[in-house]
Amino acid sequence: MSVKLLGERIKRKEDPRLIQGRGHYVDDLPLCNMLYLAFVRSPHAHAQIKSIQLEEARKMPGVGAIYTGKDLDGRLGLIPCAAGIEGLKIPDHPCLALGRVRYVGEPVAVVVANNRYQAADAAAKVEVDYNALPAVVDMDRAVAPSSPLVHESLGDNMAFVAKLEGGDWKAVEADASVKVLKQRLVNQRLAPLSMETRGVVASYSPGEDTLTVWSSTQIPHLLKTQLAVMTGTDEARVRVIAPEVGGAFGSKLNVYAEEGVACFVSRQFGQPVKWIESRRENLMATIHGRDQIDDLEIYYRPDGKVVGLKCRILADLGAYHQLLTPAIPTLTALMILGSYNIPAVFVETKGLFTNKMATDAYRGAGRPEATYIIERVMDLVALELKLDPVEIRLKNFPPPGKDIVLATGVSYDTDNYQKTLKKVLTLSSYKKLRREQARLRKKGKYLGIGLSTYVEICAMGPSSRMPAGGWESGTVRVEPTGKVTVLSGTSPHGQGEETSFAQIVAEELGVPYDDVTVYHGDTNQVPMGIGTFGSRTTAVGGTAIYLATQRIKRKMARLAAHKLGVKPGEMVFRDGKVEREDGSKSMKFAEVVGEAYFAKQLPSGVEPGLVENFVFEPPNYTYPFGAHVAVVEVDGETGEVSLRNYYAVDDCGRILNPMLVDGQIHGGLAQGIGQALWEEHVYDENGQLLTGTLMDCAVPKAHQLCWFETANTETRTPVNPLGVKGVGEAGTIGSTPAIVNAVIDALQPFGARHLDMPLKPEKVWRILKQGPAQAA
Amino acid sequence: MIPEPFEYHAPHSLAEATRLASELGEQAKLLAGGHSLLPMMKLRLAAPRHVIDLGHLQELRYIREAEEKIEIGALATHFQIESSALLNEKCPLLADTAREIGDPQVRNRGTLGGSLAHADPAGDWPAAMLALDAELQAVSAQGERWIAARDFFVGLMSTALAPGEILATIRVPTLPARSGDAYFKFRHPASGFAVVGAAVRVKLSEAGHIEQVAIGVTGVGAKAYRAADVERELVGKSPTARRLVEAAAHAADGVEPNADLFASAEYRHHLAAVYVRQALERALEKARA
Amino acid sequence: MNIRVRINGAAREDEVEPRLLLVHYLRDVAGLTGTHIGCETSICGACTVLMNGEAVKSCTLLAVQADGAEITTIEGLTAEDGRLHPLQQGFWEEHGLQCGFCTPGMILAAHQLLSRNPRPSRSEIRRALEGNLCRCTGYQHIVKAIEWAAEKMGGSTS
Ligand SMILES: Cc1cc2nc3c(=O)[nH]c(=O)nc-3n(C[C@H](O)[C@H](O)[C@H](O)COP(=O)(O)OP(=O)(O)OC[C@H]3O[C@@H](n4cnc5c(N)ncnc54)[C@H](O)[C@@H]3O)c2cc1C
Ligand code: FES
Ligand code: FES
Repeated sequence: MSVKLLGERIKRKEDPRLIQGRGHYVDDLPLCNMLYLAFVRSPHAHAQIKSIQLEEARKMPGVGAIYTGKDLDGRLGLIPCAAGIEGLKIPDHPCLALGRVRYVGEPVAVVVANNRYQAADAAAKVEVDYNALPAVVDMDRAVAPSSPLVHESLGDNMAFVAKLEGGDWKAVEADASVKVLKQRLVNQRLAPLSMETRGVVASYSPGEDTLTVWSSTQIPHLLKTQLAVMTGTDEARVRVIAPEVGGAFGSKLNVYAEEGVACFVSRQFGQPVKWIESRRENLMATIHGRDQIDDLEIYYRPDGKVVGLKCRILADLGAYHQLLTPAIPTLTALMILGSYNIPAVFVETKGLFTNKMATDAYRGAGRPEATYIIERVMDLVALELKLDPVEIRLKNFPPPGKDIVLATGVSYDTDNYQKTLKKVLTLSSYKKLRREQARLRKKGKYLGIGLSTYVEICAMGPSSRMPAGGWESGTVRVEPTGKVTVLSGTSPHGQGEETSFAQIVAEELGVPYDDVTVYHGDTNQVPMGIGTFGSRTTAVGGTAIYLATQRIKRKMARLAAHKLGVKPGEMVFRDGKVEREDGSKSMKFAEVVGEAYFAKQLPSGVEPGLVENFVFEPPNYTYPFGAHVAVVEVDGETGEVSLRNYYAVDDCGRILNPMLVDGQIHGGLAQGIGQALWEEHVYDENGQLLTGTLMDCAVPKAHQLCWFETANTETRTPVNPLGVKGVGEAGTIGSTPAIVNAVIDALQPFGARHLDMPLKPEKVWRILKQGPAQAA
Repeated sequence: MIPEPFEYHAPHSLAEATRLASELGEQAKLLAGGHSLLPMMKLRLAAPRHVIDLGHLQELRYIREAEEKIEIGALATHFQIESSALLNEKCPLLADTAREIGDPQVRNRGTLGGSLAHADPAGDWPAAMLALDAELQAVSAQGERWIAARDFFVGLMSTALAPGEILATIRVPTLPARSGDAYFKFRHPASGFAVVGAAVRVKLSEAGHIEQVAIGVTGVGAKAYRAADVERELVGKSPTARRLVEAAAHAADGVEPNADLFASAEYRHHLAAVYVRQALERALEKARA
Repeated sequence: MNIRVRINGAAREDEVEPRLLLVHYLRDVAGLTGTHIGCETSICGACTVLMNGEAVKSCTLLAVQADGAEITTIEGLTAEDGRLHPLQQGFWEEHGLQCGFCTPGMILAAHQLLSRNPRPSRSEIRRALEGNLCRCTGYQHIVKAIEWAAEKMGGSTS
């Protein structure tokens, strides 16, 4: 392998089309005879639908049909939920509301028209008569017996209660030195907000009886199965294509009402149908993330050792379950101990129905909440004991390199938390920062230094523990010309795996990088796979491709060895040749390919052709970890927080392309920082969305962020042969607590202990206003 | 995303525009840069039957000096103002305010006249207009009249312009000697609009006392206003640091501050005091230079 | 209404409804889908194109307002012979994009920046991107991409 590709900074294969505006996102697809959909949505958080008047709307130009929930009832299946939790209540979730609406933005009717302008005009003429009902908005109140109910038939607003208990609580109780600290943390609701909203084109061809669906999705294969079931179409006749997808962050890891409706309408008309979500719809009716209240009891010893953690989680699930809604907060419970060896744990998670859009996977999905909890816990205890945040972390880390099983039952694969922490302290000149902070404080300037040392759970995952299987497929096909086609069951949408997968295959086969082309996202072209989420694409999907490549190599080695009269085991792949290590016997790569296809002299038992598939089942998750340091400045007059520096050291296992890793980290940081400082998706007490447009809903902008200094440690995981762990969510997970810890740190002269996110200037100002803390 | 249908008119002269405006009356909306009107139409918060596009009125795009005054055509864009050498020299407050508006694309299209006519409570221009005692010329089929900035902003998104009137010219005095000005703005993290904006023009006497001071504040109340109480505390006085703080504390006196998800009334009140003081400090610094 | 425009150097004449947004005109009528739509409140900048050399948000213009104008979209930046514009190249070299949805708007906003300020500082670059949102990259590589282009262009934007 003379050309080294793995580990190198290789430019992306995806980019030439994207930088020239020549990629095709869903809305870019032109099809003849396209019909357009516009949805009529509920303006109420909770209401009974008394009547729907369609006469005026039907008279509008270009209108083909209008459907309401009643028209679809029994003709289009319900929206699926795949979460498996004991005792989980799953309310019916029709694609168009039936009788009741339960959140602002719930689709009530759909207009089919000849173009988007006509569809919008007609939708505006649909009149729905509602009888407004009291809305369930606040979680504390939702559990009260007097609360109105989101789903009366379910008896209460509790979708599930799950408990996780582990470790030795008796020992904690017996230890007289143990103190308890209580704290409530609110992890606010967020909008995932990919820059491309959702969109779908469904095209049913009556002649061929096939349904082709282009959707802006992370899971084309799973979507195919679900749409087949929902629409009653033979699955073999459904094809789903994820074209260029303009970001997702978990929000497109789902099966949505509009996808079902588009398929239904296309089948009715025998014509292609397009729906493109507006940003307002996106903020109302695409899943939201986070939204937990976490009530903590922290048990710690005077030396800083945390010996037990109890957490009662209230998770706001929204009105209905989307694909994984209830599963998300259970990941919080699983990862709540972070990178610390805390011997006793108790987590009770209550999933609650409210009159809001469903929450579901948003970048990190349950783990940012866990990391936020445990990283705040560390700082709270440090504050109580006047310990440096570094010290408390070192005190609670497990010893490096030992396999440990935590009280939660989770066993991490590889760890060396001390190493990343040490590295980030050096990178940030931590000690110097502390000195600077002390100097500035004397001048009335408030610098804050925040730490977070996280561990996350990635490469989702072993099928035994995943709702719909956690394996992934990879296919490598060497074409007769010697060019290589790679097919992946994953569905990347910005992460860059067309590049990294090609790096793997080209390096393994010793062929030029440019000769390898990666395809994904088309269910008719690619064998069944699972999709892109949970930082799994490279670790699981890449491994499948790596292993399929090994199969190709074995076959080609056999063919070459047969021809050259040597042993297959002697063959190496390099520089476009298959040859002996010493080069004494050699064949061109293309010649070996020719052997496979012309099939004149195949060794016995070898099939012609050169295509291999591998389905990789990961034996475990992977557990990337890292340490981040945030430096912020707080304006002493206004409370405004500005970012000054950010240092991130992440260990995502083996790095295939450092440029891509940096990109993933940067993007994650921006989102995590966004949660800490600006972002919140807010409903008022009546369940009206207050952050319904980008005028109110803050997304980090370029000038609000600072330069990110990143570095890595590279501890390979034994879970897959590539040693890759996954990096898609690390930045988001690590950064939120680092920022909050930094702001609280800056506010030490004012005696601050905790503030809930986002740390808007006013909240900080209210602390400043109280004046300097009395010396305790 | 999609506006309701309307009839489109594109007059090529101010006279033609005023005629159309008076004919069509309240059924028509004037379109300047469109960066307030079109977003509202796309959200269907506005649905005029007629749109009169002022975009072709080259005659309203100028920025010129006229006897100690500056005259700006209503259709001058924020970018034109920000990049005008004349304004940067003779009335820097305008260029500085323009720079704080929205983003480069918005500034390329949005106009001074459109902003003033729209009178967004979080818009930047009203503060500067008040601080400069601008005069605004309204032209209609019936004739023209000049309106003082103080009388122009009537209430929440409402102005003294009568139906059929077009804002044509904005006139402001150039910066006198021993004077300085400044615009300080606290931006909303999402929209970029002013949570609070304070525009100041101050003139010092030979002795270094405040001879004149004018302070326009936007973002705080339903409409922009002059911080008269602050001005009163300062005129004729020497601008000590302490006096500035004390005077600026009155920046929102008598105003009912807005409250929203981002900032409560109390916080806006506080920000007004901080930003007025900071703008005063900067303006004074420039006046002394 | 009848409008005449030059898009990426090619003249067109079309009959359009007055309410047709410029971005829909470019995408649905002219078939240039490189210009994207990310919001309806003129915030995201995904729809940014150059109109008579100035960066504008094409979702906040009526097609009729572009009558007589010269429009450049992302498709028009690549030279006839296929050579990439330094900004396109810079975004490629420096990994200035992930999903690519914001990219055309980013590139055109950057184009204007460099035409007005050929050697911007990092903070000037960030300020100039105030009207463009990216949810994927955290912007750092975008800033580097623009620096790359500024360097290569050595002060000219043609
Ligand atoms: C993303 C974004 C961010 C923004 N940020 C800011 C900001 O930070 N600060 C700020 O101040 N503004 C901001 N704006 C608003 C921007 O400055 C607008 O351009 C401005 O408010 C309106 O000017 P316009 O020329 O676009 O007016 P238009 O939208 O064309 O018109 C606005 C209103 O004024 C009327 N009108 C227009 N011209 C005249 C005239 N000559 N005579 C009489 N009536 C007239 C119209 O009929 C309409 O009712 C922002 C806008 C956007 C889209
Ligand atoms: S589409 Fe968002 S600004 Fe134009
Ligand atoms: S690259 Fe995806 S939004 Fe910018």
